[in-house]
Amino acid sequence: MGFFSSGYPRNPAKIADFGGNGGGFWRAQGLIGGVRNFSGEPVSRESLNYDVVIVGAGPAGLSAAIRLKQLCREKDVDLSVCVVEKGAEVGAHILSGNVFEPRALNELLPNWKQEEAPIHVPVSSDKFWLLSKTRAFPCPSPFNNRGNYVISLSQLVRWLGLKAEELGVEIYPGFAASEILYDTTDKVIGIATNDMGVAKDGSKKDNFQPGVELKGRVMLFAEGCRGSLSEEVIRKFNLREKGQGQHQTYALGIKEVWEVSADKHQAGSVLHTLGWPLDSRTYGGSFLYHMKDRQVAIGFVVALNYHNPFLNPYEEFQRFKHHPAISPLLEGGTVLEYGARTLNEGGYQSIPYPVFPGGAIIGCSAGFLNVPKIKGSHTAMKSGMLAAECVFRTLREGSPLEAFWDSLKSSWIWKELHSARNYRPAFEYGLFPGLALSALEHYIMKGRSPWTMKHGKPDHEATGEAQLFRPIDYPKPDGVISFDVPTSLYRSNTNHDHDQPAHLRLRDPKIPELVNLPVYAGPESRYCPARVYEYVADDSSHLKLQINAQNCLHCKACDIKDPKQNIKWTVPEGGGGPGYTIM
Amino acid sequence: MVAIKRVIDYAVKIRVKPDKSGVETSNVKMSMNPFCEIALEEALRIKESGRASEVVAVSAGPAQCVDTLRTGLAMGADRAIHVEFPGTLYPLSIAKILKALVDAEKPGLLLLGKQAIDDDCNQTGQMIAGLLKWPQGTFASKVVLDEENKVATVDREVDGGLETLCLDLPAVITTDLRLNQPRYATLPNIMKAKSKVIKKLTPQDLNVEIRSDLEVVQVTEPPKRKAGLILSSVDELIDKLKNEARVL
Repeated sequence: MGFFSSGYPRNPAKIADFGGNGGGFWRAQGLIGGVRNFSGEPVSRESLNYDVVIVGAGPAGLSAAIRLKQLCREKDVDLSVCVVEKGAEVGAHILSGNVFEPRALNELLPNWKQEEAPIHVPVSSDKFWLLSKTRAFPCPSPFNNRGNYVISLSQLVRWLGLKAEELGVEIYPGFAASEILYDTTDKVIGIATNDMGVAKDGSKKDNFQPGVELKGRVMLFAEGCRGSLSEEVIRKFNLREKGQGQHQTYALGIKEVWEVSADKHQAGSVLHTLGWPLDSRTYGGSFLYHMKDRQVAIGFVVALNYHNPFLNPYEEFQRFKHHPAISPLLEGGTVLEYGARTLNEGGYQSIPYPVFPGGAIIGCSAGFLNVPKIKGSHTAMKSGMLAAECVFRTLREGSPLEAFWDSLKSSWIWKELHSARNYRPAFEYGLFPGLALSALEHYIMKGRSPWTMKHGKPDHEATGEAQLFRPIDYPKPDGVISFDVPTSLYRSNTNHDHDQPAHLRLRDPKIPELVNLPVYAGPESRYCPARVYEYVADDSSHLKLQINAQNCLHCKACDIKDPKQNIKWTVPEGGGGPGYTIM
Repeated sequence: MVAIKRVIDYAVKIRVKPDKSGVETSNVKMSMNPFCEIALEEALRIKESGRASEVVAVSAGPAQCVDTLRTGLAMGADRAIHVEFPGTLYPLSIAKILKALVDAEKPGLLLLGKQAIDDDCNQTGQMIAGLLKWPQGTFASKVVLDEENKVATVDREVDGGLETLCLDLPAVITTDLRLNQPRYATLPNIMKAKSKVIKKLTPQDLNVEIRSDLEVVQVTEPPKRKAGLILSSVDELIDKLKNEARVL
């Protein structure tokens, strides 16, 4: 699905400028839930019916699709399964560390090795360092990665996509599910894809195409962390309160894949660090995984409940790479790809009730990531598989879909997340108390503590006021090890047709200038890893928010961290966004 | 008939392979060449205005070309033909293949993109016109067909501005950027295209011998730009131009 912009060849290094009113020009039509038409008349849309419609071709979505088709084969029946994916191809929006635990894959596709899954590099060493500005202190590794592999999740998901298509799943990349369809009883009966070919001002272009409605007897939302439709459904049906009760907490992960010189490369080598450059009140750390073909995945994760509004996760990552224990590895290497994505850190306490009238939420849209293990792919896949089994019974026997909740609670996902539940909350007290409590949890209590710690404030409320903090003086990138944002962004292969409405919507267009800038010094201009948000002086030297939506990496950090929750991430035209291949 | 090419997507960052034999194409997103999309869109508009009965999309290359052809079918092409050849095909070989296809299908108009964004050759359209001895209108920014008189009026974007040509049909037209904006393939059409049959041929079937007169010896990245120097006098400039850059 090659999308061709109507303009001249795009200069990737230039940051596109549009939406100069901060998106405020956006007329009040449908700020929430996707706009359907722009001239007032109802647009008639084609409607397609399936047994199951899955939003998102990621590990959870594809595992669910594959499991459904496997069950069909076992019982000699057929169900039509359709997967819509907003990325231009399956895998284009998939980013993860990734040290992969094959537990769920072994259950789903036991012959994955013979079928040439892109899983080749077993973990060969597991190191854990505490960093100070100049030194690295090795610590006992809290992980047990024996039997796990260093992979590119984007590559694995592409392979899963092929397997799904072989089984008869229909996958449609390049189509963004932007609207949830309800019937008169408020049951979710389908989704509608974006209208395509809409100009920036909302008018229809020459190649306007109305969106398509995909209706399913059961809907599965597998959009990944902070999925836009999943969040709508969670709010509408109060799924957080009905579930484990706590709000979700998040982190932002920024990653680069490097090609390094052969003498520095050790396939399977796994390293995690804590400490520098973050301070003791900010949770986060780095990862460095050696893949095959001299490729190294290096990344930095910052929990989004950080307090200092001047913190810039991207710059923290860039200066981390200059640490004397890290930079030698990267010298002489080249960066192949760059990207960023938020991830769930709420764990057990934050799991929402995943079933709503008409469907269920699976994978990271619900949130099954095991924080101390830093792994969520295996639990996401398993949640998809469990959902598929319940959906199959619902469609064939009429049993209630609510059984999915019980199925989750009696699975290994639950056991795993339960024993991992107290690690992340311990860091509310700071880095060293957190480490101490984690050591207690890991070595002494072994996950059997009788208490369950609570999370702190929601991430967006944790940002402190700018007057209480000092700006951080980040070093300039040297262009060899560290880079500026436009250079990195170019490596993400991200693009959107520039002539479309800005997909980042402000609920109240005045808030950035009234609150974000004066009170918090415009944190969105710092946490966004794609430089989408910039405060630019206009003719009267007045700083105004400029939204460069074309740069967006679909990481959802703004939707999570905006102090007044004023920024709403909605899905742009399908086919846009990053083009990850080895992330 | 529209000839389309599968190329690396225009938004992808290109990388040279470590052995310098070419550009890295594994694990890289491929799409229909943007100018070929424009050519196909023009063909579809001609058909929709009633001036053509059928749009046939053709492509030559490895097995994955069928993905690009399916996109073409999803946009609205009636039929697709894939000439399978696993190696590199240079413009002259493509032109010979197209000639064999044109002789077999006898289209009234052959549309191509002006050039492919991977090699930027800008040769295939001109070569096929030569082989067929058909008139050609390249870099078209506007095409008007007159079926009564069997001519096509083509506005061409040339260095000096716009040139208008009148071509007798059948003719070869290669499309430029401003000709039209290609339509999106809708989901229902993509679905229907999945089950359409794509005719498969090989160069041997068409009696075309693929012989390459060119060999790519090496592909390298452009040299990194060096920082500029600020000089203090004209004499210093002359000295540097003479002794360092050796251009005087």
